[in-house]
Amino acid sequence: MAENKKKTYNLQYHEIVLLKKLSEVKKSTVLALDKIIGIDQAAVVRAAMQLSKLGLLKMDEKDKIIITLTREGKTVIEKGLPERQLIHSVLKDGKTDLSKIDIKDKNVALGWAKKEGLVELEKSGNGMLVKVTGKGNDYYKVKSDIELDLEKIAGGKPVDKKMIELLKKRRFITADFRTVRSLSMTPAGERIAKSVKLVKEVSKVTPDLLKDEKWKDVRFRKYNVVAPVSPAYPGKKHFVSQSLDYVRRIWLEMGFKEMEGNMISTSFWNFDTLFVPQDHPARDMQDTFFVDVSEGKLPDTKIVGSVKKVHETGDDDSIGWGYDWKESEAKTVVLRTHTTVLSAKTIAKIKESDLPVKYFAIGKCFRNESLDWKHLFEFYQMEGIVVDKNANFKQLLGYLKQFYKKMGYTAVRIRPAYFPYTEMSCEVEVFHPRKKEWVELGGAGIFRPEVVKPLLGIDVPILAWGQGLERILSEYYKITDIRDLYRNDVSKLRTTKLWMW
Amino acid sequence: MPTVNLDKKTVLRYIGKKVTDKVLFEKIPMLGTDLEQITDDEIVVEIFPNRPDMLSEEGFSRAFSAFMGIKPGFRHYDIKKEGSTVAVKDLPKEWPYAVCAIVRGLKLDDDKLRSIIQLQEKLGVTLLRRRKKGGLGLYPLDKIKLPVTFTSYKKEDIRFRPLEGSAVFKADDILIKHPKGKEYGHIVEGWSRYPVFVDAEGTIMSMPPIINSHDVGKVTGSTKDVFVECTGTDLDTLKAAMNIMLLTLADMGGVIYSLEMDYGKEKFVCPDFTPRKIKLDKAYAERLLGLKFTDSDVGTLLSRMGLGFEDGCALVPSYRTDILHPIDLVEEIAIAYGYDNFESEMSDAATVGSESSKTIFLRKVSDLFIGLGYLECKSFHMSNAKTLFDKMSQEVSVNLVRTANAVNIEYDAMRNKILPGLMKILSENTHNEYPQNLFEAGTVFLKDKSSETNVSETVSLAFASAGLASDFSQMKAAVESFALNLDVGILFEEYEDSSFISGRCAKIVLDSVSIGVVGEIHPSVLVNWGLDVPVSACEIDLSKVMDAVKKQ
Repeated sequence: MAENKKKTYNLQYHEIVLLKKLSEVKKSTVLALDKIIGIDQAAVVRAAMQLSKLGLLKMDEKDKIIITLTREGKTVIEKGLPERQLIHSVLKDGKTDLSKIDIKDKNVALGWAKKEGLVELEKSGNGMLVKVTGKGNDYYKVKSDIELDLEKIAGGKPVDKKMIELLKKRRFITADFRTVRSLSMTPAGERIAKSVKLVKEVSKVTPDLLKDEKWKDVRFRKYNVVAPVSPAYPGKKHFVSQSLDYVRRIWLEMGFKEMEGNMISTSFWNFDTLFVPQDHPARDMQDTFFVDVSEGKLPDTKIVGSVKKVHETGDDDSIGWGYDWKESEAKTVVLRTHTTVLSAKTIAKIKESDLPVKYFAIGKCFRNESLDWKHLFEFYQMEGIVVDKNANFKQLLGYLKQFYKKMGYTAVRIRPAYFPYTEMSCEVEVFHPRKKEWVELGGAGIFRPEVVKPLLGIDVPILAWGQGLERILSEYYKITDIRDLYRNDVSKLRTTKLWMW
Repeated sequence: MPTVNLDKKTVLRYIGKKVTDKVLFEKIPMLGTDLEQITDDEIVVEIFPNRPDMLSEEGFSRAFSAFMGIKPGFRHYDIKKEGSTVAVKDLPKEWPYAVCAIVRGLKLDDDKLRSIIQLQEKLGVTLLRRRKKGGLGLYPLDKIKLPVTFTSYKKEDIRFRPLEGSAVFKADDILIKHPKGKEYGHIVEGWSRYPVFVDAEGTIMSMPPIINSHDVGKVTGSTKDVFVECTGTDLDTLKAAMNIMLLTLADMGGVIYSLEMDYGKEKFVCPDFTPRKIKLDKAYAERLLGLKFTDSDVGTLLSRMGLGFEDGCALVPSYRTDILHPIDLVEEIAIAYGYDNFESEMSDAATVGSESSKTIFLRKVSDLFIGLGYLECKSFHMSNAKTLFDKMSQEVSVNLVRTANAVNIEYDAMRNKILPGLMKILSENTHNEYPQNLFEAGTVFLKDKSSETNVSETVSLAFASAGLASDFSQMKAAVESFALNLDVGILFEEYEDSSFISGRCAKIVLDSVSIGVVGEIHPSVLVNWGLDVPVSACEIDLSKVMDAVKKQ
């Protein structure tokens, strides 16, 4: 006992209310209490269970039949059984044509009355006559057991079990089995009920509560903090944009200026300025999207003239491609096949006094092929150029290694490749640490003098690269079907992990 | 790029030294050839378009054994004189050139024959551009009588049995019925006269660039001596293709005999294997590669690429038509040095980075809508008229930019608006929880005569909210927030647009110019997209807003 005295209980509001009320009435049931203290039953049960666990009250659970009169049952008490009503209406005339009897549940009444032998049916012409039998007459004089028992039920008195079944069958009552929880106080409960102070419990902080320190007199209802809640969805950057932002940041940190430009280009800028001969297979219909518009416009004749000349006959150092360069071919309009267009246009604007300069671009490029898990007809390319009289091939490797290191790839290698506009030309590969294989990511090189001189006016080494991005992004986001990058599945957009660099 | 299946045993025999698969795996890619796979019998490679000389076992081995240092240097090939002339005359202007030569003493077998046919086909596809630039043919020398003439006949006068053909056909029937005629007939379409090779007895040997005669133009496993011709549009290309074929035959053991080509005004001897001499500025190579060389280093490195080096000049084999400029020699040196041997270096070129104003602006807008609880979407720029117009209950615009040749008809036009793309996304996300608030900012396209490409590209922003609570006021509030945060003054005006519910749509006006539309999407549009919740949406021309912001 001494121990109990010291024990403190961290009781919730509902528990205190219940305990205090029960202490007043000494014994009750959950059902009765919920009405008295005005808390919903579930809360009373919860509070009672908790108090019982703490030994502050005793709870006995018993299953009990709860009988409730139905509407039909109430009618019987008021007007008698349907068969009594039937006999009543027949007795007015002795015999009555069936069709003229006007009582509710006529068929039910007739069924029971016939079964009990209270009435007989007689054929009469096309109709039927109902006649009350002697038994019926006797029946009519006194109340039946059913009627008497229904009255008992209405008065809250018990009735025989067999009768309950019958009444249920006739749908005069419903009978439910319920658990009745009887509550009684324990000595510990009594003691606590006297000593504990009832503090008002609230669910929310309100402006009113914050006034005059009222919040000091209340308690906040406890939550189940581990219960599930409905999800919250953020407004969010597309996961591809998040990673492109990072790619952009890498180049900015290395001192590169961003290039901007159109996705639709004349073949002149997309191919001719890049020394791609006009009969080169890459210019075939099958690889390049041609745009259904009339001929595009060419820039000033100085550039066009130098490009034409370098294709046809070269210059002091180059022998050129040796064919008739056609302006009409250069004027066709295409969806850019590489962001290298932007580099060409940028180089055409650079002055010698600007050097050294470094530029980058991240942009969509287009390739005329069908869409499947491995191929996209439009994809991002990351373009970079370094225009510097001191630039060399080793620096090209340096820039690429630096970039890929920041993308999480420490091993980068290059191998010889061929592009009409670069010399050296190389294919860039990174080593995939998990798959243990080299992954091809795009081309790089030093622009040919045949590209640089017509655009810049002088021959300066220009380091250049155009790298695909979708492969490394898919890798980061664990995407195996490349189309998923642009599927815009709302639940994926909401939940895909952030680009963490 | 053509894929070539090389017989591994033959290649190793030509290399003449034992080379393991591991070395092949490491070194073939470093020569500038895409290695597809190595099996017990084959080496499968993709040859880059600049190296058609590597399209046969012989050519590949020539380059690879030099690269490996086994047989380095410029190779000399002997040419004997046949003493016969080929007259080239009366040709259609579309097909004016021919080069011819003879190779004797070939010991052909099925493997060699397969190799020759593969080379002939691959040269046709690559260097000769699917025969548009030229065609190459071989004939058993014992079936024809020299001298040979390359001329043209009226098509009615041409009758012969085409290779593997069932009977003698007229020229036009060959074009219609023979598989090669069907494949390449378009090249001679509209020509009044077709080129023919005719021998001393007047027998038609072939009709270039379509097909040889079956009777005198079919090389078999028992053929010893061959007549080789290459005809077409560009003499330099033809010479290169011819030389590549002749050197392959010579490597097989044949002896090359030259013929005189007589063009009437001009005569020359074919073949001519004289190497081109190109001056190599060592300092230029050193500067570009960041390396230091002695003259002997340069000579050794060039020899690894099958090039000679004399008096500061590189000797370039006649078939290396890809070498146009001294820079190409620098690349030869770099490849020989080994791309895998280059150390990376950080440049000390100090420059200051900066973002484009468009990127900055788009990020600000994007941040704003993310703050408003919208999800950014990224769609393709390519779309189709059904998505952009039909499903939006709009008439198809004449200014829609279409592609001329899209493989995928679902994506054959450039988007003129972004909102239809967002509607498509909503239609694909009906299984996901609502409300769904989406936005996308990006480039849209319209035909525009005043632009360089006849297409104008502007930046547009669309945002949409789908869900039971979505309505006009929600969108209008977002637009107002957008304008406030960018500090641009906008007005709303009543507006009718067939994509939106009448009376619940407004035009957004900035400096008395319409910059966009906002409203509740019309039920017919919702039904078109299979949506069963209301959607309200807005599209704003960001380029105009950007201009207004810049002016401030």
